[in-house]
Amino acid sequence: MEKFTTHTGVGVPLRRSNVDTDQIIPAVYLKRVTKTGFEDALFAAWRGDPDFVLNQPEYTHGSVLVAGPDFGTGSSREHAVWALKDYGFKVVLATRFADIFRGNSGKQGLLTGVISQESIELLWKLIETEPGKQITVSLEDRTVTCGELTVPFEIDDYVRWRLMEGLDDIDLTLQHQDDITAFEATRAAWRPKTLPAKTEPKEHVEAARPVV
Amino acid sequence: MGTTLAEKLWNDHLVRKGTDGAPDLIYIDLHMCHEVTSPQAFEGLRLAGRQVRRTDLTIATEDHNTPTLNIDLPIADETSRIQINTLRTNAEEFGVRIHSLGDADQGVVHVVGPQLGLTMPGMTVVCGDSHTSTHGAFGALAFGIGTSEVEHVLATQTLPLKAFKTMAVNVEGVLPRGTTAKDIILAVIAKIGTGGGQGYVLEYRGEAIRSLSMEARMTVCNMSIEAGARAGLIAPDQTTFDYVEGRPHAPEGEDWDAALAYWRTLVTDDDAVFDTEITLHASDLEPFVTWGTNPGQGLPISASVPNPEDFADESDREAAKNALEYMGLTPGTPLKEIAVDTVFLGSCTNGRIEDLRAAAEIIQGRTKADSVRMLVVPGSARVRLQAEAEGLDQVFIDFGAEWRNAGCSMCLGMNPDQLAPQERSASTSNRNFEGRQGKGGRTHLVSPLVAAATAVRGTLSTPADLDAAPSNSAVGALA
Repeated sequence: MEKFTTHTGVGVPLRRSNVDTDQIIPAVYLKRVTKTGFEDALFAAWRGDPDFVLNQPEYTHGSVLVAGPDFGTGSSREHAVWALKDYGFKVVLATRFADIFRGNSGKQGLLTGVISQESIELLWKLIETEPGKQITVSLEDRTVTCGELTVPFEIDDYVRWRLMEGLDDIDLTLQHQDDITAFEATRAAWRPKTLPAKTEPKEHVEAARPVV
Repeated sequence: MGTTLAEKLWNDHLVRKGTDGAPDLIYIDLHMCHEVTSPQAFEGLRLAGRQVRRTDLTIATEDHNTPTLNIDLPIADETSRIQINTLRTNAEEFGVRIHSLGDADQGVVHVVGPQLGLTMPGMTVVCGDSHTSTHGAFGALAFGIGTSEVEHVLATQTLPLKAFKTMAVNVEGVLPRGTTAKDIILAVIAKIGTGGGQGYVLEYRGEAIRSLSMEARMTVCNMSIEAGARAGLIAPDQTTFDYVEGRPHAPEGEDWDAALAYWRTLVTDDDAVFDTEITLHASDLEPFVTWGTNPGQGLPISASVPNPEDFADESDREAAKNALEYMGLTPGTPLKEIAVDTVFLGSCTNGRIEDLRAAAEIIQGRTKADSVRMLVVPGSARVRLQAEAEGLDQVFIDFGAEWRNAGCSMCLGMNPDQLAPQERSASTSNRNFEGRQGKGGRTHLVSPLVAAATAVRGTLSTPADLDAAPSNSAVGALA
């Protein structure tokens, strides 16, 4: 993962609350087996609307999304994070994020900064009155700067450290392999195993046919 | 001070306590995979030269983009076919057990786990799917994860996690007739909002919860994520033990006795303190339906479409305005006057045998409204076989419904079962997000009973709205 210290880019106002992951990327785009190439799927339903913010030329190349509360609710699809990243977003700012989305973002190097509604409103005003205005997000200082305005944002200390170091979770965990092995030795015998597979007797499943 | 059930489960799976702000490392007892959120995880293993650490704690099935018709033929959609073939190849390469389309144990992953007896009290269960919260109904700590975490669990059988907060959701009293587990959870979400559970494990408690069947408890826990919660939990009791006993993977002999002795300790201590607590009275509840585009935008079915201007909070007002525009609804319209085009009975929320029985009992001997199409999609191939053994398939077919193969189907627009733009559904699934059931589709979330009654009348209805008794059959024959 790339190290994240600071980022400067065009701020994009998304004046919506409860932007769920079905809006960020509709399910129909989840069929790919790659981790990249999801940029066209981002906000697919809204992108058809010429008035949608990303269809305004000043915002098209935005990289800092300033969203309403409860961003990323619903489905656990990490594709939502990949789509935002593939489009070019590096940072999402909101007053509240859904837990799974925030977790997924941290794993993928997309910064999710929690800021106050008051700060959101100020940022919206600035980037709407001057479309294309840049926002600087410093992970080191935990601040968002837009013109004269500088406001703080919150992020979990550990996630911040991992992002700044660009560390991969699996490598970190594998440093504790011995602990895992020791724990496994204590697991009770009743805990189920999927192998060898047990099932009720196999039965033939008839295929349903279209109703004509 | 005592501990909550969630804390007990956490402590019993603690591999390593995090220090200096690092998360705890938690052991995972069961990891379920499906075709949508796993391909990139297996690819990650391959690129790093890693193996699946515990294939014996991992299982895969195909559900999200499988068709529910013609399952014996090649999947028509190329990208779906590639994704499913990728899962099959990965399962074979890494040695993971898989139940593929056509297998009697294929189906929605959250229906398959419990029916195989792989979900039990006292476990940690994860899957790359937010509705993994379903398994919390057994007193297991079960939650959805993203693809990076899927890869992490495949490689290490653990997850680094920050402790969750705990919320008690007390549902006191007795549910009125015709009101179900689905109505409880829709009412909870309407009360605390789609973000109300963020960071929390919800433990559902109280008389109304205790009296629910195992399947109904799964319905409640399933939608915990729609309140933003990490997980939902119900303490195991005799209902749970009876459900697990005798299933293919249930412990036997001494193992069963040891398991039972442990499971009986899985309760929140009397002197434990939750971070927060809410209480609902079951007797106040009635069938709930959603009118908007998130699961928190729901009301009792006797109410009318709300006026956005009546919302005090500006962001709620804006959300309601957007929702009504998308849903094509006018404030003040009684919910019961809303006509639907499609009724969908199925999903990990309400696709189990009890759901099918409950709906069949309502429609038996009645006629479907001509204006409505009804899709009945069992949650798993076993559920379908069971329903067919009970003759439920014929009840649905005689009624004019389509009887399908198992899968996620119309719950999400990933397979051929989708709504057309502006088509309106009454759906027993879990999400009414814009476009969730197909681009432009309009979803009202309902219980199986409301779904059945709606299919009879063509407008959102409860069984109480139907004529006293159908003329040509004995109601209850299926009970």
